[in-house]
Amino acid sequence: MSKGKEANSYLDMDLLRFTTAGSVDDGKSTLIGRMLYDSKSIFEDQMEAIEKASEKKGDERVNLALLTDGLRAEREQGITIDVAYRYFATPKRKFIIADTPGHIQYTRNMITGASTANLAIILVDARHGILEQTARHSFIASMLGIPHIIYCINKMDLVDYSEEVYENLKEELEHFSSKLTTKDIRFIPISALFGDNVVNRSKKMDWYEGGTLLYTLENVHIASDHNHIDCRFPVQNVIRPQSAEYPDYRGFAGRIAGGVFRKGDEIMALPSGFTSKIKAIDTMDGELEEAFAPMSVTIRLEDEIDISRGDMIVRVNNKPDVTQDIEAMVCWLSNTPLNPNGKYAVKHTSNDVRCMIKEINYKLDINTLHRNLDDRSVNMNDIARIKIRTTKPLFVDKYSRNRNTGSFVLIDEATNNTVAACMVI
Amino acid sequence: MSNYNLSHLKELEAEAMFVIREVVAQFENPVLLFSGGKDSIVCFHLARKAFFPAKVPFPLMHVDTGHNFPETIAFRDRLMKETNTKLIVASVQDSIDQGRVVEEKGLLASRNKLQTTTLLDGIENNKFDCAMGGARRDEEKARAKERFFSHRDDFGQWDPKNQRPELWNIFNGKKNMGEHFRVFPISNWTEMDIWQYILQEKIDIPEIYFSHTRPCFVRDGIIMGKTDFVPTKETEEVRDMVVRFRTIGDATCTGAVASTASTLEEIIEEVASTRVTERGGRSDDKRSEAAMEDRKKEGYF
Repeated sequence: MSKGKEANSYLDMDLLRFTTAGSVDDGKSTLIGRMLYDSKSIFEDQMEAIEKASEKKGDERVNLALLTDGLRAEREQGITIDVAYRYFATPKRKFIIADTPGHIQYTRNMITGASTANLAIILVDARHGILEQTARHSFIASMLGIPHIIYCINKMDLVDYSEEVYENLKEELEHFSSKLTTKDIRFIPISALFGDNVVNRSKKMDWYEGGTLLYTLENVHIASDHNHIDCRFPVQNVIRPQSAEYPDYRGFAGRIAGGVFRKGDEIMALPSGFTSKIKAIDTMDGELEEAFAPMSVTIRLEDEIDISRGDMIVRVNNKPDVTQDIEAMVCWLSNTPLNPNGKYAVKHTSNDVRCMIKEINYKLDINTLHRNLDDRSVNMNDIARIKIRTTKPLFVDKYSRNRNTGSFVLIDEATNNTVAACMVI
Repeated sequence: MSNYNLSHLKELEAEAMFVIREVVAQFENPVLLFSGGKDSIVCFHLARKAFFPAKVPFPLMHVDTGHNFPETIAFRDRLMKETNTKLIVASVQDSIDQGRVVEEKGLLASRNKLQTTTLLDGIENNKFDCAMGGARRDEEKARAKERFFSHRDDFGQWDPKNQRPELWNIFNGKKNMGEHFRVFPISNWTEMDIWQYILQEKIDIPEIYFSHTRPCFVRDGIIMGKTDFVPTKETEEVRDMVVRFRTIGDATCTGAVASTASTLEEIIEEVASTRVTERGGRSDDKRSEAAMEDRKKEGYF
């Protein structure tokens, strides 16, 4: 093989974003360290640095968990307090890991990490089985619409690599996860500490016939994770060069949030309701015949209709809900509790509006899924169902249908902080 | 079954273009920090793609330590001319002359830390409310937790424990007067992604990224290019070596690697088999385990 060919083979990879959840002792950082180490994504100077640090702390063996603990406060406390992003690649795929802490007080971080993930790895300690947090992590993954979940039954080394322990746990998890909306759920017995079934097949668990964790991550089918049915194009900017070369050019720049747009398609602009046809889909590399989510393109129309940022281009016969009254599941992210009579700024796709809270329907106990109708105070890390009314109509889909047009955030107008993550029901 | 699948480079490109377009929509006076290094060249390329066929609707700013490799500056000036782009140069030398900062002394003297003051002054003097840059999360541990939209207080400081949550692709650029944002469109790219993208897009980069012969010396195991700004000890022997640079920073603290890779394909192969991180050749990060975190809190890029 020529050198050029080898370099080009990297150009065919695709991208998988996954999140890892687990409690402090589940060995999550060890697992990530193990994946990076065994897939040869750790460099010599990084390895030297953690060898030195492990020695200083008096650890028995090189502590792979140290690789992922980024901030000084975390290194001191030995816990992960924020979402950290890690990267590695195999010849098949590039991976982005959103490494999130598992404690209940960090639910908001888990939700942040889960919001962009295609897949969730949930660690279960083989000795302890399904704990409260397993249920919580599973529910969050399912609520955030992550299409694939892998349960890694970890610490198999501490249960003598027993098939029986694994099968019992698997059965329990299957029963429990039948309540989730996630369709693709898998199970893998591993030992993150010793590397069994992480990158390399375990020699101690020949009874397990499935793929290793890395093999599974490389082969999960992710092409259908985006919505390619409902055409949604939130307009970000209007491109008007006003140059000698392009005197009358007027294009709408944005990232396709759903569906496939083709040249010649009949479209409707929201909120105006004006219709036109797609004249061209432009990129710097030339015109495209079609474009799909999540591509960033510029669309030109046959007719001069008034469209600006915040508007949405859709197909005439497939429109989102155009509404000022929205019901949503909300995860509260701020120290300051939700003000039941409050007004907040809303960011939804490229739209900025304001809203008032109309109702808090109930608060959800994310460990038991119990709906709490008595206590409706919504504090940091709480999940609740609410109703809001916005100052202008938004163009929304159900979150379960489209994660781009079904999600929005609330912003405290006094502090400008992002205070809530919301999913349209 | 749909076949609508993007390659990882196309997906990263779409994400970065989206982020740059958000910056132009949400801020009044943004700027792209441009060092002449490969990451900022890629950012500029993405900006051009985001607004094609219009011109890039913001200026570029180079925080110039004065300690450059001449090839970088020649490349920078040529690119600006070819693309008809406005470049602002914020000079560390000016900050020194104005008494805003004091130059480090001695053999290991570097202007890297001084850049922070020059950068913040450049942002303030030009009233920029958002500075985009080509930092990547894979470069260093403290950067792994950086947001795409990173809020800075009126002192330009970063508070890692008080970052705004960033969910889905929704970016909150709301701020008070006097505050500004740092935005990192290529947060999710790795060194390998950058090289592959440069190959895919046929992007022009300064020749010092490719293997060449230049006078060098070795200090603490790191190969340094000999320039007028770097004094050498008597024991440090300067000789011609075949090297290339993996990053282009201040010449006083950017190390070279011995390499014969003279094409993008060969560089990619080298990156794929290399065993030391890109920043491993940067002495500024080695000062302490939390060196980067400390500099970032002060307002460093």
